[in-house]
Amino acid sequence: MSVDKAMVAKIAKLAHLRVPEEKLDGLAGELNNILGWIEQLSELDTDGVEPMTSVVAMTLPQRDDVKTDGGRPEDVVRNAPETVGGYFVVPKVVE
Amino acid sequence: MAALTELTIAAARDGLAKGDFTAIELTAAHLTAMAAARSLNAMITETPDKAKAMAAESDKRRRAGQAGLLEGIPLAIKDLFCTEGVLTTAGSHILDGFQPPYESTVTANLWRHGAVMLGKANMDEFAMGSSNMTSFYGPVESPWRRRGDNRTLVPGGSSGGSAAVVAARCALGATGTDTGGSIRQPASFCGIVGFKPTYGRCSRWGVVAFASSLDQPGPLTRTVRDAALMLGAMAGHDPKDSTSVDAPVPDYQAALTGDIRGLKVGIPKEYRVDGMAVEIDALWQQGIDWLRQAGAEPVEISLPHTHYALPTYYIVAPAEASSNLARYDGVRFGLRVPAEKLTEMYEGTRGEGFGAEVQRRVLIGTYVLSAGYYDAYYNKARRVRTLIANDFAKAFEGVDVILTPTAPSAAFAVGEKMDDPIAMYLNDVFTVPSSLAGLPAISVPAGLSGDGLPLGLQLIGRAFDEGTVLKVAGVLEEAADFTAEPAFIAGRG
Repeated sequence: MSVDKAMVAKIAKLAHLRVPEEKLDGLAGELNNILGWIEQLSELDTDGVEPMTSVVAMTLPQRDDVKTDGGRPEDVVRNAPETVGGYFVVPKVVE
Repeated sequence: MAALTELTIAAARDGLAKGDFTAIELTAAHLTAMAAARSLNAMITETPDKAKAMAAESDKRRRAGQAGLLEGIPLAIKDLFCTEGVLTTAGSHILDGFQPPYESTVTANLWRHGAVMLGKANMDEFAMGSSNMTSFYGPVESPWRRRGDNRTLVPGGSSGGSAAVVAARCALGATGTDTGGSIRQPASFCGIVGFKPTYGRCSRWGVVAFASSLDQPGPLTRTVRDAALMLGAMAGHDPKDSTSVDAPVPDYQAALTGDIRGLKVGIPKEYRVDGMAVEIDALWQQGIDWLRQAGAEPVEISLPHTHYALPTYYIVAPAEASSNLARYDGVRFGLRVPAEKLTEMYEGTRGEGFGAEVQRRVLIGTYVLSAGYYDAYYNKARRVRTLIANDFAKAFEGVDVILTPTAPSAAFAVGEKMDDPIAMYLNDVFTVPSSLAGLPAISVPAGLSGDGLPLGLQLIGRAFDEGTVLKVAGVLEEAADFTAEPAFIAGRG
């Protein structure tokens, strides 16, 4: 399968990436090269092979459902570009 | 006595213990060297005040009889590790000004063992690269030069700044992270030791995530013994990383017995790739001979799915990256490109904040995870990953360790291999398979290319058997007796 300019624009939208119009063609070419190279995996018969979920055989540990951290609101917002009164500020979402 | 910057970590520990010099003196020598090496662009942030304060505390602890494993040892930290109150960038514009309010577990472990932070090392943006050319803070120069050729060489990547400062004698060791070869390949290019431990051995908590099922912190040092020492301080169980293994950390130094008699060393025939440089092949054969002379038994093995490791990696890693990097949205930290609407703010921030290689991988990752392609690409890759891991499991039924070259070439010049992403990806052809299988693997400097550049050999071990890897690496290091030095060494006049 081949990626065209419209597909790159669609993926960029999904990824929340602004890609200038003049770069779409170049990116389509690069992605096609990479995807074409990746395509060689289809040579392999993987029927009945389990997809890997964890590289180390282990059971995901569980911990008690208790609070382990918190009470540091100023730490949470300290690095934000814009805050007011301990809240993150974003452009207006609801008209 | 040798200059303080030319010591190994092991020798510096002995000198500090005997009172030959203080941590303050050792740190001051390295801060001077680091400042003298700025033309390499290997550091994003130098932290001299913090280093001096940590060294003073270290001397106090030593006087109080409380010296830790790395007491007073000055280290550089890859700028992927969050350090409390100290700028942490991941080499990206999008983390502009980010000062974490917390410390990564690995760096916290190092400080608990007495180490001193010199600063934060340059790296490929979000650890995506094999040349250190993708950093927002500019490329790192290798301290090495080809014989009779003054062109600037790359240090490798992504831990390129870490490798360059250790090779140029600006730090006794450095932390790195390895997703597909990002510790081992720069170590090979810079003539030092780089060790990626088993996935789960070092905590990933507080390490900026690239591909979470592959990322693993590890040390870059000038000797195998130093790697053993540093890993001992970095490793350990961490409840804050659910993939961190709950197992005791062995005394890795104790593994360096030098006795490899009777060990079986696997030589995978699939690593003799088409068009492999003659000198790489010759060095590999030399490595086999050295280990045989030390009493080990080389055994030809087959890892039949090796050829498929790179394309598998370039599905799995971008897929995980596209998900991990979704958090950079201009809301909670770092860069924001203001806009009237929220979506425009996201798109503008990410379009400006991510560099070309990161954008390429986010797009690939988004594509292979999108509806209609998920099974064909992502699930297919996860199945092949199982086959690759099974290859290693089967091989390790008959051998104790596997020997391969680390990289298919010596360091290349800035500008070479830059036009074709796939040519760049091929740098990791020998390191990616063991990453996909989560296995411990080390690069040891073993010889020089025809034009005088370092070449590394790689040893791969069984999961959580770092001890055997280090033991064989120690024998390889002694046999290779690698004494070549880079053209630039910071402390020398």
